[in-house]
Amino acid sequence: MTSRLEPWYKKASSLKGPLLVVENVKRVSYGEICKIKCKDRELLGQVLEASSDKAVVQLFESSRSLDLNSQVQFTTKPAEIALSKKMLGKAFDGMGRPKDGSSYAAKVFRDVNGSAINPAARRKPSDFIQTGISTIDCMNTLVRGQKLPIFSASGLPHNELAAQIVRQASAGGEDFVVVFAAMGITYEEAKFFMDDFKKTGALENAVVFLNLASDPSVERIITPRVALTTAEYFAFDLGMHVLVVLTDFTNYCEALREISAARSEVPGRRGYPGYMYTDLASNYERAGMVAGSKGSVTQIPILSMPAGDITHPVPDLTGYITEGQIVLDGSLHKRGFAPPINPLPSLSRLMNAGIGKGNTREDHSSVSDSLYAAYARALELRQLVSVVGESSLSDTDKLFMRFGESFEEKFISQGFSENRSIKDTLDLGWKLLSTLPKSELKKAKKAFIEKYMKK
Amino acid sequence: MAKKSTSKKTIRKNTSNKKQSSGKITRVAGPVVEAKLAAAINDLVRVGNSKLLGEVIQIEGDIATIQVYEDTTGISPGEPIINTKQALSVTLGPGLLGGVFDGTQRPLNVIAENHDIFIPRGIDIPSLDEKKRWKFNATVSKGDKVTEGQILGTVKENPVITHKILVPIGVSGKVTKIESGEFNITETIATITGDKTTQVKMAQTWPVRVPRPYKERIGVQKPLVSGQRVIDFTSPIAKGGVAAIPGPFGSGKTVTQQQFAKWCDADIIIYVGCGERGNEMTEVLEEFPHLKDPKSGKALMNRTILIANTSNMPVAARESCVYTGITIAEYFRDQGYSVALMADSTSRWAEAMREISGRLEEMPGEEGYPAYLAKRLAEFYERAGVVKSFSGKEGSISVIGAVSPPGGDFSEPVTQNTLRISKCFWALDAKLADKRHFPAINWLRSYSLYTPITDIWYDANIGKEWSDLRKKTQNMLQQESELQEIVQLVGIDSLPIEQQLLLFIARMIREDFLQQNAFHDEDTFCPLAKQLEMIRAIFRFYNVALEHVAKLDLEKLRQSSAADFIAQMKYESNENFTEANLKKMQAKIKSEIAKTFK
Repeated sequence: MTSRLEPWYKKASSLKGPLLVVENVKRVSYGEICKIKCKDRELLGQVLEASSDKAVVQLFESSRSLDLNSQVQFTTKPAEIALSKKMLGKAFDGMGRPKDGSSYAAKVFRDVNGSAINPAARRKPSDFIQTGISTIDCMNTLVRGQKLPIFSASGLPHNELAAQIVRQASAGGEDFVVVFAAMGITYEEAKFFMDDFKKTGALENAVVFLNLASDPSVERIITPRVALTTAEYFAFDLGMHVLVVLTDFTNYCEALREISAARSEVPGRRGYPGYMYTDLASNYERAGMVAGSKGSVTQIPILSMPAGDITHPVPDLTGYITEGQIVLDGSLHKRGFAPPINPLPSLSRLMNAGIGKGNTREDHSSVSDSLYAAYARALELRQLVSVVGESSLSDTDKLFMRFGESFEEKFISQGFSENRSIKDTLDLGWKLLSTLPKSELKKAKKAFIEKYMKK
Repeated sequence: MAKKSTSKKTIRKNTSNKKQSSGKITRVAGPVVEAKLAAAINDLVRVGNSKLLGEVIQIEGDIATIQVYEDTTGISPGEPIINTKQALSVTLGPGLLGGVFDGTQRPLNVIAENHDIFIPRGIDIPSLDEKKRWKFNATVSKGDKVTEGQILGTVKENPVITHKILVPIGVSGKVTKIESGEFNITETIATITGDKTTQVKMAQTWPVRVPRPYKERIGVQKPLVSGQRVIDFTSPIAKGGVAAIPGPFGSGKTVTQQQFAKWCDADIIIYVGCGERGNEMTEVLEEFPHLKDPKSGKALMNRTILIANTSNMPVAARESCVYTGITIAEYFRDQGYSVALMADSTSRWAEAMREISGRLEEMPGEEGYPAYLAKRLAEFYERAGVVKSFSGKEGSISVIGAVSPPGGDFSEPVTQNTLRISKCFWALDAKLADKRHFPAINWLRSYSLYTPITDIWYDANIGKEWSDLRKKTQNMLQQESELQEIVQLVGIDSLPIEQQLLLFIARMIREDFLQQNAFHDEDTFCPLAKQLEMIRAIFRFYNVALEHVAKLDLEKLRQSSAADFIAQMKYESNENFTEANLKKMQAKIKSEIAKTFK
């Protein structure tokens, strides 16, 4: 875009929530960033609507002490971030400004909104990532370039799980970078992550963006975009494997709703804007592998389901975009199993590409399918027993009940520090399955039962 | 119903020299732009200095409202806008097959080869390769009289499909020049002189929002075979029919759609990825060239066209991609092919409509969707069907639309409006998916209104017990669900042995017949003869067990070699069910069952 000198405009004609309307403007472009100067500070905004003589600007910070005399300057540029390898080990605010006020030299500047990756230029993700967590590695396998969210709820240890994944997935990998973006989480939560990154040395290879609960909520709209632009730079320009942890997307959606309400838009479900699917997709879809680069962007977004409701618009729309989900379960947590991942509603859509001979082990899908079917049967029987009592069960059914219990105790529950290899996980799976009659293991290949199941 | 071609008035062709006009942008708000511009509804425009593609959707005074098919960041009021005075059209001709296009038919693989990994904005390149030379084989001669839609000649596009070049709609007269030989798609292959003289090229254009005309519509006659047991056997779709697959996320909509794309017995497959995942499109793109079509033994990509508009690509192009897909489908239908179109997912299309409607500040209907949602859905699905085309050949379009209801709630507007139109309903069930019962199609909630037609076809072509066994199966599954309720209350032991046996057999049907592994080399596609043999074996087992019901030990029966044999049947090589080997297989089943009950 050709640069044009912009005068300072004085004419903020209305202020309403996070929106500011400027009149008598000339040639403002859609999406451009502007600076607003008021008595004691300068803040940033973005053009949401540009007409011949009027511009609607969304503020990224609180409108406290703004008045109609505030001056607005249009920068002619969309939101950009300076990208450099020097970002590693640094912390930034939610807009991508260094927390400590320092600056770094950068040659690359990118629009944080990114562009859509051409589907024909993508590579199919199929490299297994070992997280060391049995329920993920065996039953909901994560692969490089996947976006696999954690569906959690208040009071569940999703942060511990995310930290464990970061810690264990990065072990032994060269060219591995973590990008961490916090959206509206509390200071305590952010501190937990920072301490964990410091302790394990992950911080040296991490870029951290922090928008805390006390920070302006509308700034959150930019935070994941800044983080993902950084991730794409490290992955596709520098050829590194980037793991992006984004938490908490529910807060992000609240901010989206706030702006939509301020613009008096027609609301969709539960007051969230009708374009929330598109908006979320413009973040989540920025994961994957592309032709001509060996790097990858793997996303682990975290979101909390209000009241544990998986049909709430935020988890619902997320599930339609992401390639599966890891669902945390309140009752498993209360019974003391950690990490409390419920494998039944969890899913990894890219699993089949990443497992089996050449990736993990040939018997992987046999183990995984058998565990699923057996655990589902055990839970069904558990329900039945609560009505009619255990005496009405057949002997086989009783074996399934026992299996369900030991599956939860031994397979699901491994603690937040144990790092299991995929071999150990699969062997453990066979060990648990060996308590069931062989004729019930319809999902396993017979050859594998003979080969891997120890008597 | 005869449909007269009234296309002359409504269609503007690429070749017409209507003057372009230009105007100025007055307002930009996301994908919606307003401009001072002389325009007609559906005119295609180029927006701003970066020449983004857009379409006029509303006019008020001298202000035209435009939906833009690309990201509008950086566009400002005052920038110019050009009206091309053409409708949004697709280019139809040799080179379509095996192609990957976005919602406005830009060739994504060509863009990927020549540009960055991202799609550059405002790019304007031909949809089809204009340099490639094709061998054209004329089938009419100089002096012949031809009418619109008639076949002029053929091009063998690939080892599987012979592309037929049709007289453009609206053109008829005497062929004054035609020759066989090698041409590219923009060279003249024939001259037709009627009221006026037309130079016919292999590539033609057609506006996506106008259905292509045909001679007459006829009723459906046979099933579209997918090789998926739960579909073909319990709720089949007819060739030329419409099916809806609604389901919450993770229930297997996409896998079901892809299984259809891989194995169904249509000649041409059009797969529209509408607002879905980028990585899934890549999976299709990488997998299909390596998969073999069970009919021809050649690569599946030969008969496939992909329209990919992933969820992060501009929302307006998501709105247009289903039309682009169905127009290409109609073009092949007119050549006499059976076409199957998968739209994954129509909910994203409806949401795109909602988003544009919201930006236009229209009065919303149910759940914020525009009031014209039902009409648009109906119009789209009505473009499916079996027709006799102007070429005299019979062609069909079957549409399989995935629906993604929020929260898995089927009472929402898109699901409900789709159900009013589609005759075939495959209800995906999250509970089944959780148990890894795939395909997670709920056998009790799903239905097909095509069964009276398909039953006749199956009985005549596959085996005369087909319809009888289908009804018995459904009956048994229904009884099972009623008995399950009793079992929940009193336990299975209090049921009489006959009912316990029924539950046993119903479970066999569910696990050994309805469940199908899309990732197993043999089980991924199940030929009809094998389907019939499998269900027949289960009922044979049931009937023999009934004879021995007095001294039946179900626990032992479960471990029996016959039960095991039936469970493993799905993994048997499909070769064993061909006509030559079928007798041997049947004898084996018989002896296994006899052995168990000896």
